Amino acid sequence: MASRSITERSDVVAPATIEQLCSAKEVVVSTGSGGVGKTTTAAAIGASAATHLGGKVLVLTVDPAKRLANALGLERFGNVETQVPAEAFTSAGVQPEGELWAAMLDTKQSWDDLVRLHAPDAATRDAILVNPLYQNITGKFVQSHDYVAMERLYEIHTSGRYDLIVVDTPPTRNAVDFLDAPDRMADFFSSRLLRWLITPYRSRLVSFASKPFYSVADRILGTQFLEDIAEFFMLFQTMYDGFVERARAVTTLLGGPQTTFVVVSTLEVAPAREAEFFLKLLGERGYHVGALVLNKVLPELFLDRDATTVAKTLAHHSAEVAADVGARIGPPADDERLLTTVLGEVGESFLNYQVVARREAEQRAELARIPQLTATVPYFDDDIHSLGGLLRLGERIWS
Amino acid sequence: MSAGPVGLLDRKLLFVTGKGGVGKTSVASAIAMLAASRGKRTLVCEVDAKGNLADFLGVGPLRFQPTEVRKRLFAMSMDTEESLKEYMRLNLKLPLLAKMGPLARTFEFVANAAPGVNELLTVGKFTWEVRERNYDLVVVDASATGHVVGQLAAPVAINDLVKVGLVRSQTDWMIDILTDADTTGVVVVTVPEEMPVLETLELIERLRGETEIDVASVVVNRVLPELFGRAEEEVFERLRKPDGVAALSARVGRVAAGTGAPDDVADHDVADDDAAGVDEVLDGAELAVSLRRSRVPHLDRLRDGLPAGLPVLYLPYLFHRSHGVRATARIAEGLGEELGF
Repeated sequence: MASRSITERSDVVAPATIEQLCSAKEVVVSTGSGGVGKTTTAAAIGASAATHLGGKVLVLTVDPAKRLANALGLERFGNVETQVPAEAFTSAGVQPEGELWAAMLDTKQSWDDLVRLHAPDAATRDAILVNPLYQNITGKFVQSHDYVAMERLYEIHTSGRYDLIVVDTPPTRNAVDFLDAPDRMADFFSSRLLRWLITPYRSRLVSFASKPFYSVADRILGTQFLEDIAEFFMLFQTMYDGFVERARAVTTLLGGPQTTFVVVSTLEVAPAREAEFFLKLLGERGYHVGALVLNKVLPELFLDRDATTVAKTLAHHSAEVAADVGARIGPPADDERLLTTVLGEVGESFLNYQVVARREAEQRAELARIPQLTATVPYFDDDIHSLGGLLRLGERIWS
Repeated sequence: MSAGPVGLLDRKLLFVTGKGGVGKTSVASAIAMLAASRGKRTLVCEVDAKGNLADFLGVGPLRFQPTEVRKRLFAMSMDTEESLKEYMRLNLKLPLLAKMGPLARTFEFVANAAPGVNELLTVGKFTWEVRERNYDLVVVDASATGHVVGQLAAPVAINDLVKVGLVRSQTDWMIDILTDADTTGVVVVTVPEEMPVLETLELIERLRGETEIDVASVVVNRVLPELFGRAEEEVFERLRKPDGVAALSARVGRVAAGTGAPDDVADHDVADDDAAGVDEVLDGAELAVSLRRSRVPHLDRLRDGLPAGLPVLYLPYLFHRSHGVRATARIAEGLGEELGF
């Protein structure tokens, strides 16, 4: 039932395998829309890299649903980088060349670390950490996720602790949001509006131009809340230079020659469309697209012409076929009524899946025009929830 | 199947959520389409401006202003800036402010700066439509599981932060509408796979722990058909053996060729009219069986993990169209059957 193919565009000299890609690059970013298996793919690539290449490999997942933890058999490794135990490889029957590490992004913790890093003094640091708005931003509301994910990637890369970092991208509403996050962060802190908003609380002098805004804002939000906002941003202003500089550095890392993007998709309509859009956009912006990984692809047997004829015959003439075949094969297939049902179901089922397989073939043809390397992963019997399963998947796409 | 104390379509406001990729938007569209076809004036709205809702309704791009896309069915796309302008126009009687030049920039800034403003404006718009009784039912294609609790909890969170002022008086009635189980409910869409089921159970726990919003129903989408019962399965196993495949190949070849004459030669060798492809078809059926079977434990896990009495609706996998307005219409039919219409 399994089929795999790696196609290469003949006019481009490209890395022909994920193996080659992982040997050359320092950062592999796995991306795609929700539910296509990008977290699993990132973990599988990381596990295979640790198996086949020497050195230290980190899989960094930024997904709040804690899926990778399950797949790697690590219940809670939180913000801390943790090595996947050697026994996990042994019990999967593998002797790894290198080490596999994993870490998950804890947004709140990462923000706190950032504040500690950038705050000019202990007083500012503590004032920010206890500000109710800060706690809300980092705890309850999720837009800050994108930025902190890329920031963490940068921090780990710069530390020099790993030979390869495979990172899974946050489940943003749009797969490209996280790319813009560092720039948005820089814009935000350099915004003139920010200063405009903070000014009256600094000077106690409300300018003529901003007065209408404040009187309305007061009516809507209440003075206390406005003051909380102002205090929060005044404190954050002190970290401005640090933040903007880091945001630029993160952008540079993502676009640099040491980084590659692996776009993950299934061949369902909506994810495939998003993958197509994302591939184009990455290309336009000059990011390195290393591979397209297509998950949960139906096997090619559903496209076989002879099989189609057989399936149609079974679907439309099941009784006719059953009448003769049953006696020839013997029990329990000699029950003609049962056999008719079975043959009919087999034929119908094949034709049903064939429609899907044909749709997938078309989606695949449309998608494969863009990247140099396309790896196809078949439907597995079961979801992947062990290192062994990850390695099995990794081997499908590795070389 | 009983739909619990309050019928799904008898509520006024439904937030449809689910893990990315499970068919959240198609189920939201289908609920709205079903409600409209049953005589309810219905509004369906997408919160994430991906433009997929328009696809599932088979219409052009949607805007903030609702358009009637079919009889009694109105569709819109959330735009928090427009929502703020509308709110100010209706509530603050502030036409001047709505025209202020830097409003757009100011708004963007405040929305990004003050946490929860975007969420509040989103939830506020829907609760407003419910309060004003502009529609019989408002269906929201809400954020995915990771984000939806933050969205739904925003009025309460803001309520905690803002002690006085107009916002405070606004969040109070929003919370009243959101927490009234006869009015508002969350529909969690899932598929019978491991991670979507886990996320569904986690989400329901979080919704119950962190909000007072009622979970109206779980919708299990893309349930694969069961091919065989036990007796049929035994027959199928027998067919898979080499002599079964050979007999089938011979017979199918003749039926397909239209001769139809039974083959009387007992020790039949591979003949010209033997059908090729029988193995592939049987392999295909085996894959279908194992795909279906691999999902059973996840369905069991879901059923075991859900609170007692929570209605679960099952929708079949659609082979022919998985996307677009035709898929929506088929899902609406399936939902209607599950709800006993």
